[in-house]
Amino acid sequence: MAQNDLIIRFGGEGGEGIISSGDMVAQAAARSGLEVLTFKTFPAEIRGGYAMYQTRFAHDNILCEGSGFDVMVAFNQEALDQNVKLMKEGTVLVYDYPGGDIAEEQNIPGVTCYPVPMSKTAKEDLGMYRVKNMVAMGAVAELFAISMDQIRETIKEKFGKKGAEIVELNFKALDAGRDHVRNNLKKTDPYKMDPGKPKEGTIIISGNEAVGLGALLAGVQFFSAYPITPATEVANYLSKELPKFKGTLVQAEDEIASIGNVIGASYAGAKAMTATSGPGLSLMQELIGLASISEVPIVICDVQRGGPSTGLPTKHEQSDLLLAALGCHGDASKVVISPEGVEDCVYLTVEAFNVAEKYQVPVIILSDGSLGFRTASMKRPDPKSLRIVNRELYKGNGKPFARYEFTASGVSAMALPGTPGGAYISTGLEHAESSAPRYTADNHSKMLDKRFNKLNDIEDFFPKTEADVQDGAGLGIITWGSTIGVVREAVKLARAQGLKVSALYPKLVWPLPLKALNGFTSKHKKILIPEVNKQGQLARLIKSETGLNSISYPIYGGMPFTPAMILDKIKEVI
Amino acid sequence: MTTATEPLKAKDYKSEIPPTWCPGCGDYGVLNAVLKAFADLQIDINNTVLVSGIGCSSRFPYFVKTYGMHTAHGRVLPVATGVKMARPELEVIAFGGDGDGFSIGGGHVPHVARKNTDITYIMMDNSIYGLTKGQMSPTTPLGMVTSTTPYGAPDNPLNPLAFCLTYGATFVAQGYSSKSKVVEDLVKRAIKHKGFSFVNIISPCPTFNKVNTFDFYKDRIGELPADHNTKDLNAALKYAFEGIDGKIATGVFYDVDKPSLLDRLNGIKDKAKASVDYDINKIIDDFIP
Repeated sequence: MAQNDLIIRFGGEGGEGIISSGDMVAQAAARSGLEVLTFKTFPAEIRGGYAMYQTRFAHDNILCEGSGFDVMVAFNQEALDQNVKLMKEGTVLVYDYPGGDIAEEQNIPGVTCYPVPMSKTAKEDLGMYRVKNMVAMGAVAELFAISMDQIRETIKEKFGKKGAEIVELNFKALDAGRDHVRNNLKKTDPYKMDPGKPKEGTIIISGNEAVGLGALLAGVQFFSAYPITPATEVANYLSKELPKFKGTLVQAEDEIASIGNVIGASYAGAKAMTATSGPGLSLMQELIGLASISEVPIVICDVQRGGPSTGLPTKHEQSDLLLAALGCHGDASKVVISPEGVEDCVYLTVEAFNVAEKYQVPVIILSDGSLGFRTASMKRPDPKSLRIVNRELYKGNGKPFARYEFTASGVSAMALPGTPGGAYISTGLEHAESSAPRYTADNHSKMLDKRFNKLNDIEDFFPKTEADVQDGAGLGIITWGSTIGVVREAVKLARAQGLKVSALYPKLVWPLPLKALNGFTSKHKKILIPEVNKQGQLARLIKSETGLNSISYPIYGGMPFTPAMILDKIKEVI
Repeated sequence: MTTATEPLKAKDYKSEIPPTWCPGCGDYGVLNAVLKAFADLQIDINNTVLVSGIGCSSRFPYFVKTYGMHTAHGRVLPVATGVKMARPELEVIAFGGDGDGFSIGGGHVPHVARKNTDITYIMMDNSIYGLTKGQMSPTTPLGMVTSTTPYGAPDNPLNPLAFCLTYGATFVAQGYSSKSKVVEDLVKRAIKHKGFSFVNIISPCPTFNKVNTFDFYKDRIGELPADHNTKDLNAALKYAFEGIDGKIATGVFYDVDKPSLLDRLNGIKDKAKASVDYDINKIIDDFIP
């Protein structure tokens, strides 16, 4: 990899400061004007187990985690063992030796190995084992020309509250790591951070925070959730920010209560949202059906993890698509959208509210573990430039109000409590236009048609599905969610090698954007659909809706695709 | 309060939809008492939301002219909470039965009680599942024969009043649907109470519960003594478990004033220095590297 696209991975035991080390590299890189994208995996336990955090930085827009890493910083033997097979010719290994958990000096063919006595220096010279990660940071910064000043700034911001002594100790640890490199090692690898110009108007934000920020930009007024990994950060973020806007945040007793809260709040007129992960989405299904039949706009963010059941709580998977699209008893109309990256998490959350409000439907945002935990740099959003859609309201025009009136668009005006003449019963029972219960065959079919047909023009309302078509390509790739970024990078690599390949990136995943899909599939002989689940869930939905036989490429080990995997598959099927 | 020049009467609160309850159902008595209470308080039709779950009693909102929500089985309290927290100025009253509220929805009651959520919850307790035709409910007496317990109910019934008292409800009362005036007063006090108010109304099911009939209750309903101290939790619990003079006690068991969920959420907003025109650019600044 060229020097202006570098991936540094930290691996060690959970609780050893792996995450803060990675964060500091990301922060320093972003401050130096580079694009940044981070990726982390950690165990489901509070302490212990293997934790990994990597930062990729480059001058150009970064599309995904990348394939592997250039620099591995191993805090212990397990981290080394987990990653040694991923080290290729030219990889750099920085490892805790001597005096750490790694007992042997490393000599891996083709790999540049730098021993740094992280544990020993922290424990023996500085008297505090906890600053081990700062010793490592000092060494890494010196080796790869990462700005020490910026790391010091971050330390001050992070530890300032704990007092000057702690800040000083961290500085000392940083210097000790740096001095070890200066005095004992000779740099033989080509990697270094090549800073760009610090950019105005860049922010660095996590996927989960981005969903929270998107909700605030859309005007969310009510949020209720129950803690669940990997979605909790959405609630954590909003619990800090939402009250500033006079919004209300409730931590409910369970996911059923949280979506119940959200339905009540939206009925009353508030833009309302919840965030959860797979098990929570399963629990919410009955009330998603209630929102669908009673036509109450709500937004649910599902940060997918490995399943079923408790599954892999901290690992990455895209396996809730069928649940989100079809998982409700009865025929329930709803909308599912899926962001590809952190920037999308902001803007598609705004669009999720727009769709919910316009069509009065439940909207599910499918994020995922890698996306939720990832931090990335993006252009600062401009609140004034956003499209904000609000529901159609009954204003009390004297005519008897019919909440579920049949209209040309299928959408009927909603009366908010407080509106004279608008009193009605919002109901999960099949109902007449007036909202009174009505179970006749004729009425049920008409009402079901109303609730489904109102979505007929959603493909035109929603941001356009991007088709990246190459002339003469016989192979087209369709993918969704965070796999889009990986495919974008793989397509670039494939084209650079002279391979002809096209791609389609739907963000609206239910109902499917059939116009865009049919237009794309008709142009390509073969369609490849990579996704991170066992059942090839998008491939199945597309087949059921269009009859298309695609080449499904599902992986399901708890990790995202790498561009190299997609590139290999392109070569195999082209 | 209403903007109408003429005061509204009980019948003005009645919707065009006639109740679907069986002849002789206790819930009629509750409906009439509630309509009278509404008239007496001059409840504002446009600013009141009645929320219910599923079951015979949960049809209640259809029969009243206010705004309403008929939701899912057991979920009346979460939905009602959402309405009230989003629009504190609305009067939010939850309705339901013993099965809806204490069986499938039983997990929500403790939290609404302990948070002192600002809603009124009126339960029509008939000790049976009516809408599904006569199965054992959480308040069915031990040993009672029902359609799912042909050899007698094997489960101990729970005590709705003690349940709510223990979890921290700040207003707990019990009525009997035949004693309309008492029910009306309890409902009025419950609505006026700030925080969570729970009113359990014994409401016989003439169709499926052949034990707890109006005849059964005729000599078994008593009233709390006039000098009962409604601030005394222990006394309230004692009456909830033991009744009064061998009879089932009715009246206000407990009534205390404590900070409600809205008070506490408002406290959070004050701490966050909330304002409607808070500049979102300020929070975006936090993400500048």
